[in-house]
Amino acid sequence: MTRKREKRKPPKSISVVERHTDIDEKNEADEEDENVYFNTIEEEDENSASDSELEDDSDGETEKVLEDFVDEVNSEEYSDSDEHNEDDNLESANDNVNKADSVDESESDNELEEDDSYESEEVSSAPESDSDSDQEEKIKGPLKNKQLKQQSVKVNNKLSKLHQNGKNKFQNENKEFPSGKDEYADGDTSDEEDIRNTIGNIPMKWYDEYRHLGYDWDGNKISKPEQTDTIDNFLRKIEDPDFWRTVKDPQTGQEVVLNENDIELIRRIKEQKIPDVSFDDHAPWIEWFTSEVMQMPLRKFPEHKRSFLPSRDEAKKVSKLVHALKMSWIKSEEERRKEKAKKEPQFYMLWQTDDQSEEMRRIHKHIPPPKRPLPGHAESYNPPPEYLFDSRELKQWNKHKETPWKRKLHFVPQKYDSLRKVPAYSRFIKERFLRCMDLYLCPRAIKMRLQVEPDDLVPKLPSPRDLQPFPTLLAIEYKGHTDMIRTITTDKTGQYLASGSDDCTVKVWEINTGRCLKTFKTDAVVRTIEWCPNEKLPLILVASGRKVILINPNVGDFLQNIKADEILKEKPQSEVIVSDRVKTTVRWDDPTEEEYEKGFRIILSHFKEVTQVTWHGKGDYFASVMPDGQNRSVLVSQLSKRRSQLPFAKSKGLIQCVLFHPSRPFLFVATQRHVRIYDLVKQAMVKKLMSNSHWISFMAVHPGGDNLLVATYDRKMLWFDLDLSTKPYQTLRLHGTAVRAVAYHRKYPLFASGSDDGSMIVSHGMVYNDLLKNPLIVPLKRFQDHTTDNDFGIFAVHFHPLQPWVFSAGSDSTIKLYSN
Amino acid sequence: MVSKRKKKYSTGEGSQFISRKQALKKLQLTLNDFRRLCIIKGIYPREPRNRKRAQKGDTGIKTLYHIKDIQFLMHEPIIWTLRDYKIFNRKVGRAKAVRDFKTMKKFLDNHPTLKLDHIVKERYPTFIDAIRDLDDCLTLCFLFSTFPSLAHIPREQFNLCRRLTIEFMHAIIEAKALRKVFISIKGYYYQAEIKGQTVTWIIPHHFSFEPQSKQEVDFKVMSTFVEFYLIMLGFVNYRLYHSLNLFYPPKLSISTPNESEKALVDENMFLSERIAALNTPLVKTSNEPVEEDIEIDTFSENNPEKIEEARNEAIKIKKLKTLFKGLKFFLNREVPREPLVFIIRCFGGEVSWDKNLFVGSTFNEDDETITHQVADRPSLEKQYISRYYVQPQWVFDSVNAKELLPVSKYFIGEVLPPHLSPFVNNERNPFEQYIPPEERALMDPAFAEEINKKRQEKENKQVDCIDNNDELEHDNNEIIKTNGLEETEVEKLDPALDKKKKLSVAPGTIYKEEPWMQKKQERQEYKLREKMIKKKHRKIYRAMIRNKKDKAKESWLLRKKRRIIDESKKDNKT
Repeated sequence: MTRKREKRKPPKSISVVERHTDIDEKNEADEEDENVYFNTIEEEDENSASDSELEDDSDGETEKVLEDFVDEVNSEEYSDSDEHNEDDNLESANDNVNKADSVDESESDNELEEDDSYESEEVSSAPESDSDSDQEEKIKGPLKNKQLKQQSVKVNNKLSKLHQNGKNKFQNENKEFPSGKDEYADGDTSDEEDIRNTIGNIPMKWYDEYRHLGYDWDGNKISKPEQTDTIDNFLRKIEDPDFWRTVKDPQTGQEVVLNENDIELIRRIKEQKIPDVSFDDHAPWIEWFTSEVMQMPLRKFPEHKRSFLPSRDEAKKVSKLVHALKMSWIKSEEERRKEKAKKEPQFYMLWQTDDQSEEMRRIHKHIPPPKRPLPGHAESYNPPPEYLFDSRELKQWNKHKETPWKRKLHFVPQKYDSLRKVPAYSRFIKERFLRCMDLYLCPRAIKMRLQVEPDDLVPKLPSPRDLQPFPTLLAIEYKGHTDMIRTITTDKTGQYLASGSDDCTVKVWEINTGRCLKTFKTDAVVRTIEWCPNEKLPLILVASGRKVILINPNVGDFLQNIKADEILKEKPQSEVIVSDRVKTTVRWDDPTEEEYEKGFRIILSHFKEVTQVTWHGKGDYFASVMPDGQNRSVLVSQLSKRRSQLPFAKSKGLIQCVLFHPSRPFLFVATQRHVRIYDLVKQAMVKKLMSNSHWISFMAVHPGGDNLLVATYDRKMLWFDLDLSTKPYQTLRLHGTAVRAVAYHRKYPLFASGSDDGSMIVSHGMVYNDLLKNPLIVPLKRFQDHTTDNDFGIFAVHFHPLQPWVFSAGSDSTIKLYSN
Repeated sequence: MVSKRKKKYSTGEGSQFISRKQALKKLQLTLNDFRRLCIIKGIYPREPRNRKRAQKGDTGIKTLYHIKDIQFLMHEPIIWTLRDYKIFNRKVGRAKAVRDFKTMKKFLDNHPTLKLDHIVKERYPTFIDAIRDLDDCLTLCFLFSTFPSLAHIPREQFNLCRRLTIEFMHAIIEAKALRKVFISIKGYYYQAEIKGQTVTWIIPHHFSFEPQSKQEVDFKVMSTFVEFYLIMLGFVNYRLYHSLNLFYPPKLSISTPNESEKALVDENMFLSERIAALNTPLVKTSNEPVEEDIEIDTFSENNPEKIEEARNEAIKIKKLKTLFKGLKFFLNREVPREPLVFIIRCFGGEVSWDKNLFVGSTFNEDDETITHQVADRPSLEKQYISRYYVQPQWVFDSVNAKELLPVSKYFIGEVLPPHLSPFVNNERNPFEQYIPPEERALMDPAFAEEINKKRQEKENKQVDCIDNNDELEHDNNEIIKTNGLEETEVEKLDPALDKKKKLSVAPGTIYKEEPWMQKKQERQEYKLREKMIKKKHRKIYRAMIRNKKDKAKESWLLRKKRRIIDESKKDNKT
């Protein structure tokens, strides 16, 4: 091993190896004789001396580099302070040795001490002409060298080398001095500890103001070398060829000339190369630790038995793993892969045939979900232009933001002129989600859908054309009344028409001409008039206010009129005592002269207002209705006997209307909701008809007597077939408003109804003689000629007794005749 | 002895229905599990005939299940798997909480799986049943195949969706079962006929995925549906492939990658990419021809017209199956590849595209034998003379028309004719419902000619400065005349009116007025008859009439809009 090699360490990895070798060699050296060791050291020292000499000759260029480097080295030095301390200890020990010549037992190594003592002896022989510091340097030089060698610390080596170099320079400079030459004559150029200055690690500028630089080991001041001015420097620069390689040691203030090796070293470090020149970067790799497994152990002693026995600990672990594998808690990679593949769905032939199923449990009465409707033209990306929304439709669409089900379409149609411009539909996911929710959460039920056209629901009725004759045209209008006409009636022959109005008059018209023949003035509003059905008594029964008046209109057959007058003149004599109840209800009066002139024949004064009067079919009896009369509201009077009766002892409600049965002794009494049929002979109720309506307005009985037509204020007409049940055979909703009047034709199968909207409907109402056949009802024609006034339309309808003609009287104070 | 009094709601509807809450209690499941079970088993609430009675007197609206459905669920073995899930979740949660990741991983590896095969069989006892219910399945799977990975949804689902839908498309191509196609703003509608059942599905346009808010869309519910649909679609695919003599995991004729490619690509990936290209026919298990549709039975129907019609239809479909045979298509890169390749291949055409666009292209753009190039840009720089450059709509419209339409209207840069839906009912009354003129022209070519003629005539008339209304008036007069004749006949039958009319009628005026009167009278009569409708039918009749009116109004509106548009167009031209 060479010293140089040790100093210029390669990068770390290698350095480890070298240290090893060092150690090995050291071990060897330990084992070997000490003398040998010393010899080698001496040899080495010689080598290094020769080196330094060589270096002196060589020239360098890297003068500038040096200054920096020295600083660097200093810092390195400080960083390795521990070693320095150690060194210091050693050195102090050495000092002791020098002075007291005693051996300090406390030092670590015997050899070292021996070494030291040896060297110190050697050094002591040298003349002491040099300055203190120099001397010391020389004394410590070999010692330090030895120490470093033993410690073999790279950085320190480098440092010491540098110092040594500095030293060399110093020597060179001091060559003039004879002592210097003597000192190194033995060729000992090895490193010595330079630290003569004891000030430690402080900035040197603190000593700028002093003449000294610090203190040496003995506490003496180290004086600054002489300051050179710039001229001197310049001169030296010119004269001294080594000026560029001269650096100043900041601690000693001495100038040091760097040798060739130092400069090379600095240059390499600057270039970031490995400082050692001899180190081969590309040397073949030496495998210090082989990767090959050798057959035989390198070790001398045999392996312990333990190493051949299976470890119990491991065995435990293995057994655990085996158990886990066995229990399939853990799985091998392959098993895991297999398992994963198994978890993926496997498909196979699930259905062997297309449409044959096995017997399996099924969902109970499965209702398959309905499919979504397929898209129409509007959903196209390029629809025909008419399907796009205009601004109004768009507004409508936007209006239903909160109520999307009201929208015509669930999307806004869009038009793109090419396929590449079509964007994704933003509601697609939402729509699919809603469909999913429908499938899962929407209740399902089977709904039978009616597969019918609306026309199929309209009843098939015979065409009106086949049911003629019926009134179709407005023929005549009878004008003359000044207020609304409440009631009309015709005489038996069909020549004359009488009408009663709110202007308190009764007018008699000639039907065919429309002329008003007579006008009878009464005291109050005329509610009802009715012509006597008996041909021999051409009388009109008039209800006006509280009075019921029998008027002989004096139209038609002259003889009959006179006869009727004569009959009425003679009062029948009867001994029947009239009860008080009747007496208080009605009073039969004869008209005054004046009234007689007008045509009044008999006047009945009632205790309440009379709203309706009606003749019995034979023309002898008539009934009058006083709705306010409580239990005396219906009064039946007999003309021939001039006698009245109160058929009911109890009130059954507000009586609207009464009618006599055309052929049998029955009385129909309509209260608000029901129609009661009384047998007048037996004095008992026969039937009670349920109207299912709120308020009955009027009724008419079929000439056959088995059918009853009831008009109500709640827009309905009820056809009761008395043979069938007490409920209406048919409810007719022909009118849009309250029905005020109904009438049957006496001969033809016709009936008419008038309502508040001013319309009259003529219908075909055929009643068959065959009991098994139900009546046929066909609405035939609607007339809308009356104008409404005060929400009143038609008040009365009446058929011509012989012809299929119909009269209607309304609030517009006209009477209209419709003929066929 | 007094018989025990019967408790209310122990029979009838009151005992047949069970509310959801009760069902949960009975099945001992959480709502989430119950939902999953219902979706997978296809159990749905039912609408009772009388809700109040079914809810045992409770008013309000509850979700009611049939008691038998719930009993059916009770016997389902996957309930136990769902319960296992519950336990599994608890275990994993615990392991996670105590940070015992090793055991957690162990648990996660051994997670319970739902096996749904038997449920598919149970819900769809026959193959036909499954096909009948395929619409929703396909649409949802196609949608899911476009999704990115989402939270709470297993990622395999998306991949499996993609795989199975591609396989299904291959089956449709091989069976040539596609019938109708339609580009809507929502996506592409396809209608195929499998085993006599029509199956319609929608494939969304590109980039259909949008993040949805939690209140709007619950992807977990959809994922549960997909979970079942995937199994179902897999079995349907298997059966379809089997009936078409194809290998089920589909095999391609050019299956292996080249030597050079072999090192670079995963073989499975390579294969699945080629399959996704839809451009290579699959390998058949045997060369036996697949049984074709049976000839129409001529004995079944007595009506010879119907038989003739059916035969014509069959011929048309046969033609449709080979619509693009012998044609070579090249798709430009801006054209959506998958739908077009699918359609063209379904009808026997050859198709290719730029090889940088997607794997599986078979020929290049410079191939001289290409007959059609599908492009969707206003102009192309380099054009070959030997081929037509058409817009994609041509392909769709041709399929719907069941014949190759003239390409002139579909050249690139042309304004496209409207794209009409093939799904609207063809047997509509043109007087009741609106049919756009383009569709009528398609339905019968005579109409198209008529339109053209009319247009020409009108133009001529305009030149001659003749009033446009003339023709219409002429028509009207004719109608009036015919009606007038009828009217006179009727009048003669009516003896009562006869006399009067003879006296007063002036022939000219009467003829003009009578049809109007007649109509009015008829309308009046009808109105009266309407009032005689039974009470039972009155409401429904009104609803029907209202419906009819609305429809009429709608069609009137469309007609009007069209007229205005046409007129404005004409004005612009002149």
